[in-house]
Amino acid sequence: MIHLVIVSVLVIISTVLLGLFLTNAPLLPVQASLQAETVDWLFGVHWWFIAFFVSLIVVFILYSVVVFRRRKGERGDGKYVTGSHQLEILWTIIPIGIVLWMAVIGANTLADVERRDPQAITVDVFASQWVWRFEYTVPVTGEGGEEVLTAVSSDTLVLPKNRQVILRLHSEDVIHSFFVPEFRVKQDVLPGGEEFVRELRVTPKLEGNFKVRCAEICGRLHYDMQADISVIDGSEFNAWLQEQAAGCVLSHEECGQRWAETFGCVACHSVNGDEGVGPTWQGLFGHEVPLTDGSTVIADEAYLHESIVNPNAKIVAGFQPGIMPQDFAERIIEQQIQQIIAFIMSLQ
Amino acid sequence: MRFFSTGLFRGLVAQALGTVVGMALVMAVRVIMGLPAWSAEPSVQEPVLVGGVLIGAISFLVGVGIFNDWFKWARGKSTVDSIEPDPAKPNWMRYFSVDYDHKVIGIQYGITSILLLGIGGTLAMFFRTELAQSGITFLNSDIFETLLGYSSEHLYNTLMSLHGIVMIGSILLGVGALSNYLVPLLIGANDMAFPRLNSFGFWVNVPGALILVSSMFFGGFDTGWVGYPPLSLRAPIGMEMFLIGVYLIGLSSISGAINVIVTIFTMRAKGMSMFKMPIFAWAALATSLIQFTATQLIGLSFQLIMLERLLGMKFFDATAGGDPILYQHLFWFYSHPAVYVFILPGLGIISELLPVFARKPLFGYRWVALSSLGIALVGFFVWAHHMFASGMSPYLRLPFMYATLLVAVPTGVKFFSWVGTLWEAKITLPTPMLFVLGAIIIFLLGGVTGPPLGTIATDLHLHDTYFVVGHFHNTMFGGYIFPFFAALYYWFPKLTGRMYNEKLGKLHFWAMWLAFMVLTLGMLFIGLQGMRRRVVDYDLDLGFDATHLIMTIAGFVIFFSVVVGLLNLIYSARRGKEAKGNVWNSRSPEWQISSPPPLHNYAQPFEVVGEPYDYGLPNSTYVNMTPAPDGAHGAE
Repeated sequence: MIHLVIVSVLVIISTVLLGLFLTNAPLLPVQASLQAETVDWLFGVHWWFIAFFVSLIVVFILYSVVVFRRRKGERGDGKYVTGSHQLEILWTIIPIGIVLWMAVIGANTLADVERRDPQAITVDVFASQWVWRFEYTVPVTGEGGEEVLTAVSSDTLVLPKNRQVILRLHSEDVIHSFFVPEFRVKQDVLPGGEEFVRELRVTPKLEGNFKVRCAEICGRLHYDMQADISVIDGSEFNAWLQEQAAGCVLSHEECGQRWAETFGCVACHSVNGDEGVGPTWQGLFGHEVPLTDGSTVIADEAYLHESIVNPNAKIVAGFQPGIMPQDFAERIIEQQIQQIIAFIMSLQ
Repeated sequence: MRFFSTGLFRGLVAQALGTVVGMALVMAVRVIMGLPAWSAEPSVQEPVLVGGVLIGAISFLVGVGIFNDWFKWARGKSTVDSIEPDPAKPNWMRYFSVDYDHKVIGIQYGITSILLLGIGGTLAMFFRTELAQSGITFLNSDIFETLLGYSSEHLYNTLMSLHGIVMIGSILLGVGALSNYLVPLLIGANDMAFPRLNSFGFWVNVPGALILVSSMFFGGFDTGWVGYPPLSLRAPIGMEMFLIGVYLIGLSSISGAINVIVTIFTMRAKGMSMFKMPIFAWAALATSLIQFTATQLIGLSFQLIMLERLLGMKFFDATAGGDPILYQHLFWFYSHPAVYVFILPGLGIISELLPVFARKPLFGYRWVALSSLGIALVGFFVWAHHMFASGMSPYLRLPFMYATLLVAVPTGVKFFSWVGTLWEAKITLPTPMLFVLGAIIIFLLGGVTGPPLGTIATDLHLHDTYFVVGHFHNTMFGGYIFPFFAALYYWFPKLTGRMYNEKLGKLHFWAMWLAFMVLTLGMLFIGLQGMRRRVVDYDLDLGFDATHLIMTIAGFVIFFSVVVGLLNLIYSARRGKEAKGNVWNSRSPEWQISSPPPLHNYAQPFEVVGEPYDYGLPNSTYVNMTPAPDGAHGAE
């Protein structure tokens, strides 16, 4: 019994010391995002459990090795104890309880980290072997006074402080992974077009310079696939965006081309006459199109619009129904659809 | 000169010839199809080489003689179930030819495993040297470029990838060594249930390992051991050698596992109910159940990559309707349970040896036995925790988080039971026991670093960093490497009839244990700091240089401590002190017979009359080595 008391005291002392060390030592990089606060809180919970379980097992073993060691000249065996079902049940039930609780806080912290802010801005991230590229969509006033969208491309990820940013991750070749240790977030970047675009939400809270580095091995120069991140004040950010956008206002058709790339249209519909999964767009507008039911239709604006929002309505002869996503009506705003149509019209 | 009359030599010659024939066959088919037979283009060379290598592997097996008995059966000829050693030939020759004795096969597995361990360790020393400081300073040497013809970055990626998979091969063979040598001895069987299949299970590894390592000379591969597409679809031809090599080693896993399962279920000694088996047999059973049911999935996933590479089937190409994440599911459905294939035998060794050196019964035998099955079962429901950042369905990650954390429960039962075994024991600390205790501490570190990887929010920071590298090296060293060496030292007198040098054994332990602790704590620390895995270089201003240098030094200490350990065993096998009897005063049946064990193990079947680990219970024994023959009781 006295042994158990001594060991319990040692376990408590060891737990406190180890726990204090783990929670106070600079183990993690600087906290540069709102999400990092939640993640680090969860790390803190883990550190205390680690401190306790390491202490429990190590102290018991070390104590046993020192105290229950066979002395010189001693013979004979240890105490004949074959086990205890009560103890086994106890140390099965208690860990199950801890584990379930851990899973619940694990789910809650995840919900917290991935919460979407309706005020968030969106940045498209394009990864390819072995570069990062970032695209911003900026509304600017066009020459005729109407509002048009313009795309701004940058090799530095510039982000406003204290505002959530939704990074839409596109890969052009293999799988990459977007990782910023200071933000405590990571998301693989998948190839394959719109269906495989993944989102990463992060709210930078610290002004300064960071680096995004690819975390999923992607070939020879994987180690060097990195880009600068600059977190600046919100007003500075807006000024930077307008400065970038000035002088590169896109036409209706150019906007449409951009959307066709962003939403993955061009993965199946070629723009140069090549055969693809879907009909080519080159020379499509204004021409007669044969359908699978034997009839034909003139590819006018109405036909193009219908084919985007309800792709199964008319199937071009030689192609399969059901391949194109059916939900573009919800995913693309009307203005964008019109711009895509304008782009198709320009492909003569 | 006698080497030229061994099966191994015949097999290697046959493999070389078979490879040439296979290449010629594919070339002939290509010519008939109107394609170029050969050119400098990798896309032309690849199918030719793959065909050659596959035929070569089959030729090896024919050449080594593993199919001889099966060919005889097909022709209606009779065979014998045991190959008696030819007294005219030196004993070592048995180990280089087909032999059906499970002890010979066990040692064949063991030696091959240690050779692969040496290769894998050497590869690690190369890239650890590169990582010692920031900047690419070592692998960019002209020697490598001239020898292999690829860039320093690609060389690093290949070394790192090959280190991973060669070590996995080594562990799988080591597991085969342990279960083949020990299971029949422990349960009182004279051999495994299917001796021919057992021998096949070993020999298929030889061409497998050769092809795997040969990937270095076919351009290497830069995908890590996981081989995720689309990267693995673009990798050099070395990728194919990786896929084929692992595929063959996987065949060994499956055939070996059938053998262990059937042997344990049908060939136990009289009176040995399942809960009276030595605990290692439970671990071997749980391991084999996983190998038998999961290995097919890695074979399948590798096949899909080969089909996409060779025949252009677009399984993983999203633009053609494929799915790049599909592979990861298939791959981890094997490769996560595989982790338990690596550690369960090691944990079984810990449970097996602990009572002997604590002189006390194994605490909660049934719980420890069933916890192995529990780990094996839960292991099937956690694979997607490798994919929390992969872009799989975000909500599906939650059930995998729950299941992953549940692994802690049966694992905890083992830890607590080990502590219970040591409590109020009479502990002695010879080399095997040091390795056992060292293994428990290291595996504990692997255990407690698991939950931060299990909860998704923290994993999104840790995934693909050195924290993961540290975590799984903990589980591999604690769950396999240390127990494997514990087993080697413990059963060395049984294998050879001689004793190893205790001082060198202890030196091996302390050097390896301390160096490993330094290495792994370094890995965990820089991982938390955000050091990515699988990178040849890191920025100086990240401040990782000092830690990496210390880790490299620690890595070399581990390497040389293993060299010392192996030299000790090699020397002692010839010159060590004679140790014929029950050197550890164990209750287990294999220690009640002479060392090394006679050809068919037990001259007479023994009978189990007590519990396996009743140390401290006066006048009790586990087995009665000379039971009265059945007839004496007056059988009906």
